[in-house]
Amino acid sequence: MLQLFKFKGGVKPESHKQESANLPIRTAPLPTRVIIPLRLNSLTTATPTVAVGDAVSKGQCIASAEGRMSTGIHASTSGQVIAIEDAPYPHPSGFSARSVIIAPDGEDRWCELTPFDETNADPQSLRDYLRSAGIVGLGGAGFPSHIKLSPGNARIDTLIINGAECEPWITCDDRLMRERATAIIAGARIMRRVVGAQRIIVGIEDNKPEAIAAMQAAAAAEGKTNGEAGISVVAVPTRYPAGGEKQLIRVLTGIEIPFGKLGFHYGVQCFNVGTAYAVHRAIAFGEPLVNRVVTLTGNVDQAGNWEVPIGMPISEFITLGTAKADTDRYLMGGPMMGFSLPGIDAPLIKTSNCIIAGSPKLFPPPAPEMPCIRCGECAKACPIELQPFELYWHTRAKTFGKTQEYHIFDCIECGCCSFVCPSRIPLVQYFRFAKSEIWAREKEKNAADQAKARFEWKTARDEREKAEKAEKLAKAAAAQAAKKAAEAAAAAAAPADGTAAAEIPPPATAALPPAAATPVDADAARKAAIAAAMERARAQREAAAPKNTDQLTPAQQREIAAVDALRQQAGIEPVPEIPAAEEPKS
Amino acid sequence: MSSFSTPPYLLMNASVQRVMLQVLAALIPGIAAYAWLFGPVILVQLAIATVTALAGEALMLKLRDKPMSLFLTDGSAVVTAWLIALTFPPLSPWWLVVTGTLFAIVIAKHLYGGLGQNPFNPAMIAFAVCIVSFPALMSQWPAVGLKVTFLDQIGIVFGTFPRLDALSGATPLDALKTALKLEEGQFSVAALLANQELFGFFAGRGWEWVTAGYLLGGLWLWQRGIISWHAPLSFIAGMSLLAGGLWLYNPAQFANPLFHLFSGGAMLGAFFIVTDPVSGCTTPKGKLIFGFAAGLLAYIIRVFGGYPDGVAFAVLLMNLCVPLIDMYTQPAIFGKKGQP
Repeated sequence: MLQLFKFKGGVKPESHKQESANLPIRTAPLPTRVIIPLRLNSLTTATPTVAVGDAVSKGQCIASAEGRMSTGIHASTSGQVIAIEDAPYPHPSGFSARSVIIAPDGEDRWCELTPFDETNADPQSLRDYLRSAGIVGLGGAGFPSHIKLSPGNARIDTLIINGAECEPWITCDDRLMRERATAIIAGARIMRRVVGAQRIIVGIEDNKPEAIAAMQAAAAAEGKTNGEAGISVVAVPTRYPAGGEKQLIRVLTGIEIPFGKLGFHYGVQCFNVGTAYAVHRAIAFGEPLVNRVVTLTGNVDQAGNWEVPIGMPISEFITLGTAKADTDRYLMGGPMMGFSLPGIDAPLIKTSNCIIAGSPKLFPPPAPEMPCIRCGECAKACPIELQPFELYWHTRAKTFGKTQEYHIFDCIECGCCSFVCPSRIPLVQYFRFAKSEIWAREKEKNAADQAKARFEWKTARDEREKAEKAEKLAKAAAAQAAKKAAEAAAAAAAPADGTAAAEIPPPATAALPPAAATPVDADAARKAAIAAAMERARAQREAAAPKNTDQLTPAQQREIAAVDALRQQAGIEPVPEIPAAEEPKS
Repeated sequence: MSSFSTPPYLLMNASVQRVMLQVLAALIPGIAAYAWLFGPVILVQLAIATVTALAGEALMLKLRDKPMSLFLTDGSAVVTAWLIALTFPPLSPWWLVVTGTLFAIVIAKHLYGGLGQNPFNPAMIAFAVCIVSFPALMSQWPAVGLKVTFLDQIGIVFGTFPRLDALSGATPLDALKTALKLEEGQFSVAALLANQELFGFFAGRGWEWVTAGYLLGGLWLWQRGIISWHAPLSFIAGMSLLAGGLWLYNPAQFANPLFHLFSGGAMLGAFFIVTDPVSGCTTPKGKLIFGFAAGLLAYIIRVFGGYPDGVAFAVLLMNLCVPLIDMYTQPAIFGKKGQP
């Protein structure tokens, strides 16, 4: 039996899983259109390879992957491309993203699929294949899997498959594990090979006994058929956020991964069960990631899990469950870390695991915010062991430097602090605000630094040009003087030997240019030394103050980009110069 | 579609009011023992303090333009009021309790920014202000078995019945200290404790049960998760360590730790005062330091100092140190343990 570890903090919200967990996964009917965003993350928007009017098949690549972080984008059903334009994107800010809009032809016809023969394939070609198949993390962040599958020189010992599903209401992973355990194990086995891990641990919260049993059976069967040991399916205590990647790694291995570090720095890597399933479909059937299971639950008549084509409009998806009359909002994701959809026109995307219909009864408006009484409940609940109330004080005081001393960037925004706060302070919102302010300030500073560097470079160039000019003038003057001297000499010598004297420069003037050049060279050398010193100082400054804008996860980059978009809309700052400027500004 | 709202959408059923109500509930065993053993006049004092605290709170909320009903019902002023009434002598004149309570609410709480902002424990400020200003009145404590009717007790509080010095004496703590000082070591602690009018089974007669009631309520608060064990336990440890050490060194001169723990404000202090989250330390290590030092100081002040009890001054002194202690006791966070 594997020894389990504990993470501190965490909370136990009511699970509400039984509402949707008991029905099998059903296939959603084809929507009237699918909206497939070309946005991959805050920095990357793919270029479409189809044009309006083109007929596409299900699984056909419709946008090319460019850049390390990008993955393939595919049509999720067959039909005709009716538009390539800005369309709503599921995000709290409600911005639009360039999307390919397909009118399904109703046949749902796959393009020609060729399974990938993985038996002799090397890890790199497997990674490339998964990348082209559009495989990203289905647990929430949508991080491209091929990146996580590239440990580089690091040695991965343990592959963790995350089936914890700790957020209330969501049951898509639960159902997937109950019904398609063998495929998940097969996907995990492929991923193990790609990263070269020794063992696989599947972590599942102990409130899902059926899923645990199904996965254990599948793991045992896998061991029998392929003679492979080293797959253990482990029940972990039910406590939110046990499904957070860092928390699950801690529980299963005892390793704590600090902010800014990734699993493979510590010999572990973690993938969601849905991702493992998608990997299996891609390898064994050649299917790119065009479907996923989404839970529809909350204030609806029929809660359940549906396998939907990526890009299905949420407005059509929610009709599958019939929302009750008092529904006042829809949440995407869980109630702890999800967000309230600004509109239901946006599509379901690869990271959409759940839609919860909300009502004032299910999610009553929070009581008015009271002052913090420093009771420390937030600190007790924080799985990162932060002191949220200190962060809150410093955020309120806008002493953002202090928030960094109290490790604000380690905050995973799980919401445990807000959940327990007796003063009903929306702590997570304060922390997001602090983070966005710090990012904005660092960007401003970067811009200022760049401007300064440009200015310094220009000044140096001007000086150099001046020096060169002076040198030229000096040379010209010397030449002039030499010429005059020569002329004078020639004039003097003319009667004797006119031509010869004019062609031979007098020794005294020939020595002049080098002599004049010497001070100029010294000057240039000094300037070079100054420039080098300035460069060193800048490098030191950067080394001394690591930037929070380095080492960002795509989720954070998304966040930054979204915040930037909002800031721009609000007119807080000019258009940023980094590629985030591509962000649609509606 | 929906109004502005932010995750998490699911919140635990928690509020400041719930916290405060539970603290009040935890005081009830001690109050019950108090009223039973020393007469129901304590209930009158609790009422005076409560009304004064709410009136002071309302006035300040109005002056500060804060939402009245939200803050008046949070229960924090009532907790302060009850702690004041329980630390003042039960036969204090009404104006003494009113003065102390108003000082606590108006000056110690609201002038520092109201709920959650006060650096000092308001109830302890009230005690300190009154014992410095009115030392004689603050030192008159009734003994068990005092035969004064309830009506006469009320009369004493409201000044309609003569305040006879004979009615009021010193606390057992004070009696012990005075006797030991006066007699220059001729009387031993054992002999004094044999005085059955003043001393009970293990501490002051009657008071031992009141303080045991506070202990009971405090343990309930701990079990409910309203307070953590750190500060109470370290307070008790600090006081016991010093009391125990001196008692072992000279049992004739120094009372045993049990006597000290169940006398004066020790138990109330351990579970209801040093656990005040607003004016106390917040980190686990900080709470340990805070409680331990407050326990030590309380013992030193009550045994060697000029006041009958030392809890209030010990807590206020430690309140001063809170920012420093918190700063140096920040716990290591996830993934960064064993790093600076």
